[in-house]
Amino acid sequence: MTDTATQELAPLKVEKPRNQWLDVWDQFKSHKGAMAGLIFLIFITLFCAFGPLLWNVDPGKLDVRNKDVRPIYMLLFDGEAKVNWANPMGTDNLGRDIMANIMQGGRISLAVGWTAMILAVLLGTLIGVLAGYFRRLDGLLMRFTDLVLSLPLLPLLLVMMLLFRDPLRATFGPENGIFILIVVGIGITSWMQTARIVRGDVMALKEREFVLAARSIGTPPRRMITRHILPNVMSPIMVSATLGLATAIITESALSFLGLGFPSDFPTWGKILFDSVDRMTAFPERVIWPGLAISLTVLAVNYIGDGLRDALDPRIRGL
Amino acid sequence: MKLKTALMGAVAGMILAPMAYADGHVGERGRDGNVNIIYWQAVSTMNPYLSGGTKEIEAASLVIEPLARYDAGGTLVPFLATEVPTIANGGVSEDLTTITWQLKPDLLWSDGTAVTAADVIFTWQYCTAEGGGCAQAAKFEGVESVEALDDLTIKITFEGPKPYPYNAFVGGQSPIIQAAQFADCLGPKAPECTDANFNPIGTGPFTVTNFLTNDVISLAANENYREPGKPAFATVNFKGGGDAASAGRSVLETGEFDYAWNLQLAPDVISAMMAGGQGEVLSAFGTNIERLEMNLTDPSPSLPEGERATVMHPHPFLTDGRVRKALSIAIDRQILVDVGYGPAGQPNCNLVPAPALYASDNTECLTQNIPGAIALLEEAGFMPGPDGIRVNADGVRLSVLFQTSTNAVRQDVQALIKADWEQIGVETELRNIDAGVFFGGDPGSPDTFQRFYADVEMYTNNFEGNDPQAYLAAYKCGNEPRPESQWQGENINRVCDAGYDAMIAEYAATSDPAARAALAIKMNDFLTKDNNIIVPLIYRGRVSARSNTLGGVELNSWDSELWNIADWYRISN
Repeated sequence: MTDTATQELAPLKVEKPRNQWLDVWDQFKSHKGAMAGLIFLIFITLFCAFGPLLWNVDPGKLDVRNKDVRPIYMLLFDGEAKVNWANPMGTDNLGRDIMANIMQGGRISLAVGWTAMILAVLLGTLIGVLAGYFRRLDGLLMRFTDLVLSLPLLPLLLVMMLLFRDPLRATFGPENGIFILIVVGIGITSWMQTARIVRGDVMALKEREFVLAARSIGTPPRRMITRHILPNVMSPIMVSATLGLATAIITESALSFLGLGFPSDFPTWGKILFDSVDRMTAFPERVIWPGLAISLTVLAVNYIGDGLRDALDPRIRGL
Repeated sequence: MKLKTALMGAVAGMILAPMAYADGHVGERGRDGNVNIIYWQAVSTMNPYLSGGTKEIEAASLVIEPLARYDAGGTLVPFLATEVPTIANGGVSEDLTTITWQLKPDLLWSDGTAVTAADVIFTWQYCTAEGGGCAQAAKFEGVESVEALDDLTIKITFEGPKPYPYNAFVGGQSPIIQAAQFADCLGPKAPECTDANFNPIGTGPFTVTNFLTNDVISLAANENYREPGKPAFATVNFKGGGDAASAGRSVLETGEFDYAWNLQLAPDVISAMMAGGQGEVLSAFGTNIERLEMNLTDPSPSLPEGERATVMHPHPFLTDGRVRKALSIAIDRQILVDVGYGPAGQPNCNLVPAPALYASDNTECLTQNIPGAIALLEEAGFMPGPDGIRVNADGVRLSVLFQTSTNAVRQDVQALIKADWEQIGVETELRNIDAGVFFGGDPGSPDTFQRFYADVEMYTNNFEGNDPQAYLAAYKCGNEPRPESQWQGENINRVCDAGYDAMIAEYAATSDPAARAALAIKMNDFLTKDNNIIVPLIYRGRVSARSNTLGGVELNSWDSELWNIADWYRISN
């Protein structure tokens, strides 16, 4: 019984440390809706970004002799339909190619959506973190948030148009000027939800032990926020970012639909929809395609947001 | 049992009798129930003296009436007057300085009091009162005095000879209002009399029962209307708001409404709606001209506010007549009509398209001439730059900001014109502005058509009646919108030409009809053919829709479309 335990120790199995983002990706993959949304978003982005390189048709080119061409699939229902392989999705009442317009329109709508979303999320995070972390700023910033929350977007944009359209047009040209105006307009009127959510999370985090520990070793507020607070509020920020993208696309469409915003010869999805409503019964495809593009993109983005929320939450991920 | 059958028979007979009666277009007042009218621009007041908008003038014409109106053929017919005064019947003096109107006897206001000459005089005082912004002041221009010779006779004295004396109290724009109701609403107090402005007491076939600003007006038949048995409708539901397409649909496709006003829609859209089979589209040609206005002043935003788009700064290239002409002849007007107007428009080169006597035989612009336009631009020194846009030796680029109101047809026309101008090396930036703002006349807004912060703009204008004197006189020096005039004024292009002003003066002093017509043609040609300051595009008809069950409608393009609503009736199926 003197012999020492010769029991062979099983070699300690050291698991290769897994990257946290791989876990997130694994969890994300398991969400079918989110995967479908991601695939669609990539597809529509590629379609709009690189489509015009392959489909080299000027979306603004008028060809009145070739107007009101139906989409090519109409041949299936009606052998007599006026179709033309040169315009697979048909042309509008002035003979502009609809496929080229949807690509060009998508570029603008998506660009407006992304830029306005980024602007809104940056603003919202900044204000939310400041309000949540520094008690002295809280009252002021949150009352300011309430104030902006009560501003109606449409009248505000009308006033902005009135005040800034000419100087912006002179500096950046007509299209870029309006682009900046609309992006800023949407951006500064949709950061409030993000700010409120972030503030709430920051306030809860601030009282946690690890923050207290970090503070006790003298971490300055700047480091505290960037090192400890921000990474922990990433998940609500990313979710509100996806929702923000959807809202921005819809707001831009609504503005274009109302006839505000971009010049009339500058297609966006909302504008194509607006121009087609009068002939909706005779040419349903002209409202269906841009309408589908808007709603599917928004739906896709919402699903991605849903999937991201699940994936970024460690409790759901099972850790 | 027999008694019951007999009674029922009697009851049925009593019900059927008036129905048979209603089939003829005469009968008792209010026999046809309700009529639904939709104006897609909503009405904000019932007082045409406080709003220059067509919609307000037309809504008011249901309630208040002038002494005489223009009928569908453009001739004057007496309404509150017994007859139209002329030199022949002694109503207009030989020296053309006075006109004497005779009111119909026994006219009653809707509140039961008598209409007298005092009401007519008051109407003039109301519109010319000190400190009031009367929208129809032009109607009373040159009127020195209005006096009553007796209770029913009114004499208007002009400052000088007035060859065309039918302005004051004629047409939908200057109806007679009741002195008793508006007595305390003179001058600056006019807009404060909300009750009177929304519910005017009138002589017309209907009276307002409920007025919701910018929404619905409910009206009921006027019990004191002068013609027995009229109007056939007991009530009117006058709905405002929406857009031209939905208004057209509500009459032509769904049949919810009986009459829809001003359907500026593309011809294929209208014909698709007609397939609904509920109604028909009416059109009538008056003097409406869809035109391009060329800005002769510089609208550049780099100029200080107050100097921008005023005569202090001439336009960098539109002051050159060759450039303006090139822009005009580069346009293919026939395609504009085919795409946007169909049977409701004709290509045109005249500012005064009708009556026939006054219309110039100006047809040069009807054929598109791209090589001619290019030659003109090169003659003016504009050569293609590296990006294809023409530039002159001083570096002035032919880049045009082209604005109009928001309307699907106008945006299509803008796109077509842009394509035409691209072919001659002119860059075009399009802008469209909400119609309410563009035509709103708000001196604080930079987007009104009067401010004209653009190089070219497109809209329609016309003149009432059949004499273009006031219309052509608008283009005189000093009548341009400018900061000092609160940006009001009708000389939109900021034209100033001594020769043209002399023609205006000569025109006002000429009374021979042939000489007047010749002068009007000369003035028309000065503005269009010779100088292309105004570039007419399309001679437009008024287009409205009526339900198949609405009878008696006679579309009038010289006066209010509702001018004969007292004669409308229901066609029973």
